[in-house]
Amino acid sequence: MNNKQENNLAGLLRAAIEGDARAYDVFLRQAAKLVRAFAARRIVDGSLNPEDIVQETLLAIHLKRHSWRADSPVMPWLYAIARYKLIDAFRRRGRHVEIDIDEIAQSMAAPEVETLASWEVERALAMLSPNQRSVVAVICVDGHSIGDAARDLGMSEGAVRVALHRGLAAIARHFGKRSERD
Amino acid sequence: MDTNKLVEALVADIRKPGPSLAGLWWTAAVFATLLAGVVFFITLGPRPDIAEAAETPRFLFKFAVTMALATAAFGAARALSRPGSDWRHTMVYLIAAPAMLLAAVAVELVLVPPTLWGTRLVGTNSLVCLTFIPLIGAGPLVVFLAVLRHGAPTCPRLAGAVAGLLAGGIAATFYAAQCIDDSPLFVVTWYPIAIGLLAGLGALAGERILRW
Repeated sequence: MNNKQENNLAGLLRAAIEGDARAYDVFLRQAAKLVRAFAARRIVDGSLNPEDIVQETLLAIHLKRHSWRADSPVMPWLYAIARYKLIDAFRRRGRHVEIDIDEIAQSMAAPEVETLASWEVERALAMLSPNQRSVVAVICVDGHSIGDAARDLGMSEGAVRVALHRGLAAIARHFGKRSERD
Repeated sequence: MDTNKLVEALVADIRKPGPSLAGLWWTAAVFATLLAGVVFFITLGPRPDIAEAAETPRFLFKFAVTMALATAAFGAARALSRPGSDWRHTMVYLIAAPAMLLAAVAVELVLVPPTLWGTRLVGTNSLVCLTFIPLIGAGPLVVFLAVLRHGAPTCPRLAGAVAGLLAGGIAATFYAAQCIDDSPLFVVTWYPIAIGLLAGLGALAGERILRW
């Protein structure tokens, strides 16, 4: 992780927290790239889909971005969240694997690939209230904008925003709850 | 789900993030201290001879220990609420309070004849201590757990336990103003049990409610 990338990312997130949507978009895409590489390096047995880790981490970054101190480095923060989400996902799968052991395992022969648990976030949609579910689905799955979603669903933009925010928070909470059971 | 679409959804939900953690921690510290103070003054209140007691080193030393604990736990709890922070470094300061107390115990053992060690250790107030430190600290513990929940603790159980130490440090600071057992032998025996109870509660709660 080089200094230039760190400064660049920190600048983007700072701007995003101030409300700059374009900076936020760039930040999240770069964060996704970093987390994708991070997760792919550590999931060696195919038991998890790295993209699920990417999505859960992005969601957590979004909902917990106030936990970043604007004067501190952003990469350690980002990787700490990714690591937490990865361990969480392993735990849900019922394997208490330490990340460091995984890295050693990397040098050994790759075991057989199990079924991929794909799109955990999308699956979590089922947990939402019908109203939140339709809003989150229209925006996250179909890729509509807030304005389009409001028109399609016959809701005000404000109501769509609220339902989207609550829906995203509920999905994140759902992941937290499930890991606590194990 | 396509990650690109998720990114677009998150960007659409850009509106203001929650209140900053730094400000929230200080607000919580003030609020928790007030809360502990209210419970303390309603249930116990300071001991009647507090003016004279305030001139004795043993009485004052209790506050040095409990406040050292509260200060260190405050720093550690704040660090534990942020992913990627250097919380291990802040944990080192938690050694200060026990170290001070053990040093005071050593001095006490030199100053006080062995025949009195037992009496000093048992004191007169141990049950009050074990009851009221957790009672005064319960409100603050809830407050600090709420702040941690707003944050993003990557070690939920440890963060909960440290919140318990922080609540315990504040509660013990108030309680020490009431307790007439000033000997470090009493403090080293009973305070850690009472504060440990809060830390244990915090750890249990942390495991359950601090995951995110």
